[in-house]
Amino acid sequence: MNIYVLLKRTFDTEEKITLSNGKINEDGAEFIINPYDEYAIEEAIQVRDEHGGEVTVITVGNEDSEKQLRTALAMGADKAVLINVEDDLEDGDQYTTAKILSEYLKDKEVDLVLAGNVAIDGGSGQVGPRVAELLGINCVTTITELKIEGDKVYVTRDVEGDEEKIETSLPLLVTAQQGLNEPRYPSLPGIMKAKKKPLDELELDDLDLDEDDVEPKTKTIEVFLPPQKEAGKILEGDLADQVKELVQLLHKEAKVI
Amino acid sequence: MTRKVLVLGEVRDQQLRNVSYEAIAAAKTMAEGGEVVGVLLGEQVKDLANSLIHYGADRVVIVEDEKLAQYTSDAYSQAFMAVVEAENPDGIVFGHTALGKDLSPKIASKLNSGLVSDVTAIGNEDGNIIFTRPIYSGKAFEKKIVTDGLLFATVRPNNITPLEKDENRSGEVSSISVDIKDLRSIIKEVVRKTSEGVDLTEAKVIVAGGRGVKSAEGFKPLQELADVLGGAVGASRGACDAEYCDYSLQIGQTGKVVTPDLYIACGISGAIQHLAGMSNSKVIVAINKDPEANIFKVADYGIVGDLFEVVPMLTEEFKKLKAQTS
Repeated sequence: MNIYVLLKRTFDTEEKITLSNGKINEDGAEFIINPYDEYAIEEAIQVRDEHGGEVTVITVGNEDSEKQLRTALAMGADKAVLINVEDDLEDGDQYTTAKILSEYLKDKEVDLVLAGNVAIDGGSGQVGPRVAELLGINCVTTITELKIEGDKVYVTRDVEGDEEKIETSLPLLVTAQQGLNEPRYPSLPGIMKAKKKPLDELELDDLDLDEDDVEPKTKTIEVFLPPQKEAGKILEGDLADQVKELVQLLHKEAKVI
Repeated sequence: MTRKVLVLGEVRDQQLRNVSYEAIAAAKTMAEGGEVVGVLLGEQVKDLANSLIHYGADRVVIVEDEKLAQYTSDAYSQAFMAVVEAENPDGIVFGHTALGKDLSPKIASKLNSGLVSDVTAIGNEDGNIIFTRPIYSGKAFEKKIVTDGLLFATVRPNNITPLEKDENRSGEVSSISVDIKDLRSIIKEVVRKTSEGVDLTEAKVIVAGGRGVKSAEGFKPLQELADVLGGAVGASRGACDAEYCDYSLQIGQTGKVVTPDLYIACGISGAIQHLAGMSNSKVIVAINKDPEANIFKVADYGIVGDLFEVVPMLTEEFKKLKAQTS
């Protein structure tokens, strides 16, 4: 099976967000694989181990993204592809990213593409479904279970807490939701092997694309931090009195009840 | 410039979800005087059309088909695209719900358009429609504009105020029929795990439990409090990992992001990943045994105490308040 995983490099979840010159400050920040993409990588590896084939992890980024690709290889992916857009693109949005990824994938005879259902930085969850649409393949989002049996695929998806059981077939793109699996930590042998696994770097030229073909349709004109909250009130006194006071405050002062 | 904007009303359990009305309000801003057209897709939706008009839609187009009884992306995209082809809109708004998140990128891709997802505010400035949305799980916000083509946005539930309901408003309700076929996903079963009532992402009041809840039974007092307040129960990742509750309750960076009017955090320490999921709540109350718990830094009101003592007392006090004020 030809299995592909879409990966995004994101800030670590612990990172505090600060701005410099109106942009998100990246100095000293720790980066990780988008946590939802980790579920995708893990699932891809399990599918390959069960059904055979090859797992290729792809990302659209710059040379820093190599680190995250190596981590995916260390987890067990077979190949990695970096589509380095640093020199070609000033701006991009989800339209841009999806177009680039689907240009790469369109001649690859994909059986299964996995992606995280959302990136914890951008938070839009668009790229997976856009790529599926551009490739003309079916898409099932927010999956918590995947079973391939012969030419049928059984998927369970999370729909705001409810569970849907779906029957479909390959080729298929799925986006991973929490609960799909427990992503493995790269083992030391895995990390060593990863250094020798193929990591190809491509640019837009290699995909016969130029900047105009993938020009974004949207633009960020400002980034700002939410207003600092004022210190709150820690109530004091007898517990029963605190509870009474709280209810009054919520009713009369905060006016939320 | 005036625009014609389509709004997809979302139906659940034969009712319109609130976010549908919020989406109409958003569409009104985007339309700048132009027409706001409600769209309803489903098996039997005609009776819901007037509600969209009461909340500001100028008219409604419906597509009724048994293949639309349950949401599937293929069936709904065929139906919606047929409406797009008939109406040729300048803008589209969906709710940023499970359905909206699944369908909107597919439609945007079909229309070769941009899409601004999870919008929490809309305005006009200098001739542009400005969309504000959270990034980095609400640790920051960005303002976006569309630079080419269709204005397509999804709106986060509970953030944009619906227009005032006017039952005297009337408008045309028309229907089109669509030949829906070649559905690639078949829904075999739907398992409802969420209890009846309030959906976390639309809830105005949330009572959330963390590791301090100590067990699945520990959630009972929280559920009772939520019931009295007409709210929903949520949880931190810690509680879900410890199997005190289902992951569908998880609020946080890798869970649901919520913006209720009132968030009551019980036995939640307040890890940065959890805060990312609820810090934009209007009012935050923290109940925790540990006075140093991080959650107190973001809480508007805090009680240092055992949640198993405090929460039932709160429930009683709120019952009294409700009795007095009703």
